Amino acid sequence: MRSAIRRIALLAAALFAFNVQAANELKIGYLSTLSGPAGAIGVEVRDGFNLALKMAGGKLGGLKTEIVFADDTLNPETGKQLAERLLKRDRVNLMTGVIFSNVMLAAWPTIQEGKVFYIAPNSTPTSITGQGCNPHFVSAAWPNEGHHEAAGHYAKSRGYPNVYLIAPNYPAGKDSTTGFKRGYGGTISAEVYTKLNQLDYSAELAQIRAAKPAALYAFLPGGMGINFIKQFVAAGLSSEVPLVVPGFADDQDIIRAVGEPMLGIFDTSHWAYDLDNDANRKFVAAFEKEYKRIPSLFAEQGYTTALLIDNAVRAVKGKIEDEKAFHQALMSAPARFQSPRGNWKFAHNGTPVQDYYVRVIAKDNQGRLVNKKIGTVVSGLSDFWAKDCKMK
Amino acid sequence: MTPILFLEQGLNGIQFGLMLFLLAAGLTLVFGIMDMINLAHGSLYMVGAYLMASFVQATGSFWIALPLALAATALVGAALEVTLLRTLYERDHLTQVLATFAIILIANEAVRLIWGTQSIMLNAPAGLTGPVELPGGMRYASYRLAIIGVGTAVAVLLYFLVTKTKVGMLVRAGASNREMATAMGVNIRLLFTIVFAVGAALCALAGAMLGPILAVQVGMGENILILAFVVIVIGGIGSIRGAFVGALLVGLVDTMGRALLPVAFAKMFPPQVASNLGPSLSSILIYVLMAAVLFFRPQGLFPARG
Repeated sequence: MRSAIRRIALLAAALFAFNVQAANELKIGYLSTLSGPAGAIGVEVRDGFNLALKMAGGKLGGLKTEIVFADDTLNPETGKQLAERLLKRDRVNLMTGVIFSNVMLAAWPTIQEGKVFYIAPNSTPTSITGQGCNPHFVSAAWPNEGHHEAAGHYAKSRGYPNVYLIAPNYPAGKDSTTGFKRGYGGTISAEVYTKLNQLDYSAELAQIRAAKPAALYAFLPGGMGINFIKQFVAAGLSSEVPLVVPGFADDQDIIRAVGEPMLGIFDTSHWAYDLDNDANRKFVAAFEKEYKRIPSLFAEQGYTTALLIDNAVRAVKGKIEDEKAFHQALMSAPARFQSPRGNWKFAHNGTPVQDYYVRVIAKDNQGRLVNKKIGTVVSGLSDFWAKDCKMK
Repeated sequence: MTPILFLEQGLNGIQFGLMLFLLAAGLTLVFGIMDMINLAHGSLYMVGAYLMASFVQATGSFWIALPLALAATALVGAALEVTLLRTLYERDHLTQVLATFAIILIANEAVRLIWGTQSIMLNAPAGLTGPVELPGGMRYASYRLAIIGVGTAVAVLLYFLVTKTKVGMLVRAGASNREMATAMGVNIRLLFTIVFAVGAALCALAGAMLGPILAVQVGMGENILILAFVVIVIGGIGSIRGAFVGALLVGLVDTMGRALLPVAFAKMFPPQVASNLGPSLSSILIYVLMAAVLFFRPQGLFPARG
């Protein structure tokens, strides 16, 4: 009996030792939406991430890197289960990848229990960056309200007397209207929330036509945006109501699907294809060479996420189990590497403080449809909800 | 609620209803004539849409791809009937439900293997991407108008096929009394295969026409299948006329509900509550309609069996 206990104890010790050793390699749990109408976003982010990984020779921060992919299919319940599987079965020591905020909010408690760092390449919901902020959550994308607040500033600068808002009925959809209203400060003609992943917008378009707003602000990511913009143009509304969208709602993934009808749509973004810096030129050239298509801002987010991990892991010499040191390394990383989006830094709640640009869809010199930067809307915009974060 | 908004929503409702009719027509015949519950009907809709996407890519033309997709899906339907479903006619409904549910799962995985997990975006044919001006100064998406045209044409065609031709007569005979039709020497096997193939082709037509408006994706058949069942229950099982009226009713009630309820609720509640209540209540409306029809006319509006 005693020897049996000893054997179990030995086994446990061996397992424990194995666990600690495992930190010599980086095992990243990559939970993302890779299928369905919204899957295009997940693929863009993943391709950007993989590009940076490849350029780093398959080693982030000099560590042997293994990525375990999991597809949540935009189902929060699935996302939570997969997060659990990644943490418990695959024993990953870092997580990233989530695209949609409803999945993020469902998986977040599980990730917190797993006590690993989560680096957001996209969804950065206000409930995790405000009061519920946590050192384990660091975003390389933008706070959920960022693009929308910038778009609100843009609408104000254009002097639209009123704006009609449409967004899907889920956490990021509400973040979008809140952010826009804060930046805009004017009259809201109406505020419409649609079912998440709704594909037919005929009823909503008829209502917009009847309301005759001065401008329309639509936040509909992925396949929803493709369908909305296609149907918006098909209904003839594009010549009646100016459409403003956040940068991720009309980028290359959507331009590829919709094409010419999108010419002249305005958006706001933290990054632009033609942003004038060396890191961006290198990124765009490498991405086009690797995937034979123009990168979107999602690809830039995945790319910057990988660069951020690479830099911070390198700064702590691979000892990511030293949580304090790794957190500090992450927070100070933007000053040590060049991101395609230019200069940025972290707010104390782990969200980026960065510039937002206004872009318009136009043709480049090769006749391809791209989002051209036409100016800066706000400089150094930080997450409004950082004020609620008590973390230092 | 302006008249224009009302009119536009009416057109939207008719467009949606006609597409539902294409699905329900095949379903109601299979259910009515063969006494067979075919859950895999939605899978044929999905397969039709995917085949359409492939043919559009291969031929580069929407209008060439359309008949090809219809024919190919009809073949798939006929093959399915001959190899598998034929053995299920004599079984009870539970076996049929289990077997055809298995077909849904197999079809979904097969589509994933062949076409991948990402949804495919079809584009409307050139010339139908913009709006048209309707009398009265109203602008409406030309492609949706084309859907209404195609749907109406198919409905008229089906009406003639069922009421004026020999095959149609056999179909009606089979729907109203199967045993008697068999006893009178009708080749019921061949008839079943033909009906099933036509039903599959109608599914493909709905999938192909809705492709540019919705998205071609795995699982697209399941949601719409439930609505198609509601339609045939409202219309009366086995009745094409019932399927037509039921489909238009469901289409109009769903679209009008989606447009009118949020407007009504917006006056009473804050926007987030109103936009939560509106869509959920309007989707309940369809089932309220079904319950009411079943209460007053348990056989549906136009029962096929006298």
